[in-house]
Amino acid sequence: MKLTSILAATTALTMAAGAASAVDLTLVSWGGAYQKSQLKAYAEPYMAMHPDVNIIWDESSAEAVAKLRAMHEAGNLTWDLVDVDAADSFRLCDEGLALEYEPNDLLAPAPDGTSAADDFGAQIVNACYIPQIVYSTTFGYRTDMVGDTPPSNICDVFDLEKYPGKRSLEKRPINNMEWALLCDGVAKDDIYSVLATDEGQQQALAKLGTIKDQVIWWSAGADTPQLLADGEVVMGSTYNGRLFSAIVEQNQPIGMLWDAQVFSFDGWVIPADLPEDRLALVKDFLFFATDTQRLADQAKYISYGPARASSAPLVGKLDGTDIDMAPYMPTDPANAQNVFYYNFEFWADYRDDIDAKFQAWLAG
Amino acid sequence: MSDMTDTGPMRAADGTPLKKSLARALRRQKLRALALIAPLLIFVLVTFVVPIGDMLFRSVENQIVSDTLPNTIQRLAGWNPDSGEIPDEAVFAALAVDFQAAAEEKNHTKLGTRLNYENPGMSSLFRKTGRGADDIGKNFQKTFTGFDKAWGKGEAWAALLGSDKWLAATEGWTKDAGPEPKFSARDEAEFALPLTTGVYRSFARVARADGKKAAADTKPWPVLFNALAEDISSASPEAIAAIGGPSADLLKSAAQGLSSAEPISYKDTFVAIDKGWADLGTWQTIQAYAGDYTPGYFLNAVDLEKGTDGIKKRPDQQRIYLMLFWRTIWMSMLITGCCLLLGYPVAWILANLRASTANVLMILVLLPFWTSLLVRTSAWKVLLQQQGVINDVLVWLGLVDDANRLVLINNQFGTIVAMTHILLPFMILPLYSVMKTIPPAYLRAAKSLGATNWTAFWRVYFPQSVPGIGAGAILCYILAIGYYITPELVGGTQGVFISNRIAFHISSSLNWGLAAALGAILLGAVLLLYYVYDKIVGIDNVKLG
Amino acid sequence: MADVTSGAGAAFVEFEHVQKSYDGETLVVKDLNLSIAKGEFLTMLGPSGSGKTTCLMMLAGFETATHGEIKLAGKPINNIPPHKRGIGMVFQNYALFPHMTVAENLAFPLEVRDIGKSDRDAKVKRALDMVQMGKFGGRRPAQLSGGQQQRIALARALVFEPELVLMDEPLGALDKQLREHMQFEITRLAHNLGITTVYVTHDQTEALTMSDNVAVFDDGRIQQLAPPAVLYEEPANSFVAQFIGENNTLMGTVKEIKGDIAVVALDDGELIDCKPVNVSKPGERTRVSIRPERVEVNKARLQKGAHTLKAEVLEFIYMGDIFRTRLRVAGNDNFIVKTRNAPDQVRMQPGQQIEIGWLPQDCRALDA
Repeated sequence: MKLTSILAATTALTMAAGAASAVDLTLVSWGGAYQKSQLKAYAEPYMAMHPDVNIIWDESSAEAVAKLRAMHEAGNLTWDLVDVDAADSFRLCDEGLALEYEPNDLLAPAPDGTSAADDFGAQIVNACYIPQIVYSTTFGYRTDMVGDTPPSNICDVFDLEKYPGKRSLEKRPINNMEWALLCDGVAKDDIYSVLATDEGQQQALAKLGTIKDQVIWWSAGADTPQLLADGEVVMGSTYNGRLFSAIVEQNQPIGMLWDAQVFSFDGWVIPADLPEDRLALVKDFLFFATDTQRLADQAKYISYGPARASSAPLVGKLDGTDIDMAPYMPTDPANAQNVFYYNFEFWADYRDDIDAKFQAWLAG
Repeated sequence: MSDMTDTGPMRAADGTPLKKSLARALRRQKLRALALIAPLLIFVLVTFVVPIGDMLFRSVENQIVSDTLPNTIQRLAGWNPDSGEIPDEAVFAALAVDFQAAAEEKNHTKLGTRLNYENPGMSSLFRKTGRGADDIGKNFQKTFTGFDKAWGKGEAWAALLGSDKWLAATEGWTKDAGPEPKFSARDEAEFALPLTTGVYRSFARVARADGKKAAADTKPWPVLFNALAEDISSASPEAIAAIGGPSADLLKSAAQGLSSAEPISYKDTFVAIDKGWADLGTWQTIQAYAGDYTPGYFLNAVDLEKGTDGIKKRPDQQRIYLMLFWRTIWMSMLITGCCLLLGYPVAWILANLRASTANVLMILVLLPFWTSLLVRTSAWKVLLQQQGVINDVLVWLGLVDDANRLVLINNQFGTIVAMTHILLPFMILPLYSVMKTIPPAYLRAAKSLGATNWTAFWRVYFPQSVPGIGAGAILCYILAIGYYITPELVGGTQGVFISNRIAFHISSSLNWGLAAALGAILLGAVLLLYYVYDKIVGIDNVKLG
Repeated sequence: MADVTSGAGAAFVEFEHVQKSYDGETLVVKDLNLSIAKGEFLTMLGPSGSGKTTCLMMLAGFETATHGEIKLAGKPINNIPPHKRGIGMVFQNYALFPHMTVAENLAFPLEVRDIGKSDRDAKVKRALDMVQMGKFGGRRPAQLSGGQQQRIALARALVFEPELVLMDEPLGALDKQLREHMQFEITRLAHNLGITTVYVTHDQTEALTMSDNVAVFDDGRIQQLAPPAVLYEEPANSFVAQFIGENNTLMGTVKEIKGDIAVVALDDGELIDCKPVNVSKPGERTRVSIRPERVEVNKARLQKGAHTLKAEVLEFIYMGDIFRTRLRVAGNDNFIVKTRNAPDQVRMQPGQQIEIGWLPQDCRALDA
């Protein structure tokens, strides 16, 4: 007991003295280009301002929910801040694994004085979630394999006559079920109420059944760009940032379909039960990393839209190039004419049930 | 030697009975041996037995329901799920208390997630109700605090309902002094205000568990006011008057002011928060999963479900696990068979080559071990996909039409090819080490005795290599059954295994109970096969070298 | 080397100019010519690496001759696979099939020859009785002792009544007493059944006690092919002399050859008479060989014509039935003399100066 308190006292002293003895801050993210954008936009500037803070990355976001639960059960929390998609944040929040926070207390207001809660608005989908970016799941297609009329409507995905060839879809019901109903004549506003019924679910699966033979199901975000690049599929769904990389950075003959793309978010959650000192550091980092300029900066490195309204006007060009980011942003008005909003509450309820049916349908 | 003539027990040189001194000597040896294996024993226990035990336990554990809704479960026992009517007011009243406590401890969403596995929609029902639960009793809270501001403070409630003994014990308690003394009720209060005392008991328990503030310093739950209002309207004035203690006057004045007030309906309040509470299915689910232990996960794992009228099959469109179990078993067998077919000749060549050449070949066999699993699997993708190397070559050779390229991946074929490749070393190594011990003289002897090459192999060599086949096959099979990364990447929809679902439930749906049940069944299946193998081939007929 | 043919009778097994190389660079067997008569017990004796086992394997069909022809009963067998040669074989470690019982082991050669069950059982029983193992039919090889396994291996090689049986150091794994017993058993069986036997060993005692003829192998060649007595008494060259039995050698130069007497000047200048074996002209270097038991240390017993030499006793070893004395003779410190432990035999002391002698015909001048 004595030793720890002495240690704690020494740590506090050295921190106060601003000595170079580093404090670790463990961030969990997805790796790849997305993590790099976080590193460039906020982690590196933060470390430059605080030389005593050492940011460590853990590329575990894909398994974050399970790992956080396991850490919690074992009582050994090694993460300080976890990047998860909005759907996962519901589980974490429901399970009491993520900390509930007050937006205006924790986050910086916009430069014009708008409060954080208003600036983020509805993007704060639950009490634990601190959104960073808006992304969309949309379709990319091979420009050289679709003839003279590239697909412009989401329902072209289901049109095997007009666009023969394989498609890639994610191996889970989310998004696919909505698109199927949309293209089966269900009005956009009714989709989730229809999908809540067994008949609606069967209707969606039946619609998906019309192209089932021609679908390659993916489970990693990198799959569709690769399948498109290899010419394995004519079109496929993936995150718009992945398509951006394939088009702009790898010059692949790929086009993007901006219709009924599904809006979703990626953001931070703070693990519940962080010790006081670590929580203080996390709060300090978050205040900086989610301010208007930092979120706008992130868009210099990846084509995901900032989650703050006030950041949008500040979005510029791809870092070090002359490429305007706006046309690739899901938040750009030209792209956002017909977007589809992911219903988190619905999927939090129906995910397991529909997933079981979807997997049975896939296997059948 | 004179001992031999003695009729008594043999004695050691120092006179102790020989048996005793032998036992002592042996015990020392045993203890020393035990000390030597102790680290391993502890390691195995901690890393193997305990987690498996924990997993098996999770597959039936269900205490979360009775822990979170203790009062509701108790009241619900009398409800007939087939009555066609939702439970009565008493159950809802209990639910209000339980919800207040659960929301305070943030347990209601956990329970919602748990019950959502059984009945979709429960998750948002509980989340939404958690947000609204605070409002139940808000009206009476206003009424009471209107009588006297003191009602808004914890102190008044503690004084009213706590026994003098408890009040004395908790007086001046701070969080540094360890857990707060356990609540005990004032007898006359319990008699006159049974509902309120019951709610307060939950309140005190939550406050104590939280450990930050004494119950007397904690803001009272709104639902307490509701309960008190109800108690006051049904209790006799004498009984209320009998309650002593510091808050006696507070209560009396409130009782007079309240006499005309109509208590609210908990049922209506809940239904107003979410229509789900008026749904029969909600209550049937809660009642069906009220027990501390449930067969639900196991039933689910074999495509059954527990309804109000007993166990029945799940609807067709939800049945998947039995099919996946079956597929996992037969495809693993096929993969094991392919490994044996390909691995046996390789092992034979390895065992019969000169050591230097064999070592070079052995490196080739082991090479896949040193490559990342993902890299290997991705390499198969490049090779097998429709625009991949194999199809390109076939088209170039004119064996396959460009428009009808073969589908070699994202199906069962892909899984079999990739898994066979990955598991081949596990077949070759035991086979090789067993074959290495079969002297070439046996084959020569058989041939000199007149056997053809085939007879010599089949009658003499093969039976001696069976232990290696057994070891390799068991190894391959058990590994194949548990694989999920490779099937996920190359198996498409028809080539995935049960382990993929287990992984999904562990990492994505967080339904660890179901994952544990599936895992337990898989473990059972492996043990069963092991037993069958033992019966047919004999487990002592397995050699790793 | 001239054609070596053993004994009388028509040749049953013939090696004609057989050569064998494994690596294409060195010959393991160099121009082997050998014929074995029917019913003969021939032993191939030699140090390891001398080519004897290779010869046996070529005969069995497990190795192919690089050059030359092997004939069995007059027919070339180079292209006949081993299982069609009908040759019984006993292996070094018996090679009894561990997963079969003794009876199954014995039935195996009969089964592959499609012999009916009742016939098979009768033959197995007879073979087991022949090696006095009648009761062990149901056992597994691992449950038998080494000697018992040896008998079973023998019975298995004989059960299908081959005319030729090959044995590859079959007694190597047995202890001395059992080995001697089995040597007797094997020769008895071979002679009783009248089968031709080719026996490979590196143990000269075994070779001498069991064989009709012994072929001594060295360096891929047969150095001498002769009945045991001839081999011992009249080694054809210094290798055979060294390899078979114990031998004293003295180096010298041939002075002159007069009929069957060669005068040899030993390196210390002493002149002795020897029997010339493969020396042909004066001036040649020679290795003079004398068996230790042919040296006489008791002057009184020396026969007429015996040659005497001075010797110094270096060591005296008491071995029970014999005394073994190490002497320094003509500069050789390793000159051994064996004397019978007779009542009148002197026990010599180290340092003692004595005179020794031998008959000229016991002293053979061989190649150097």
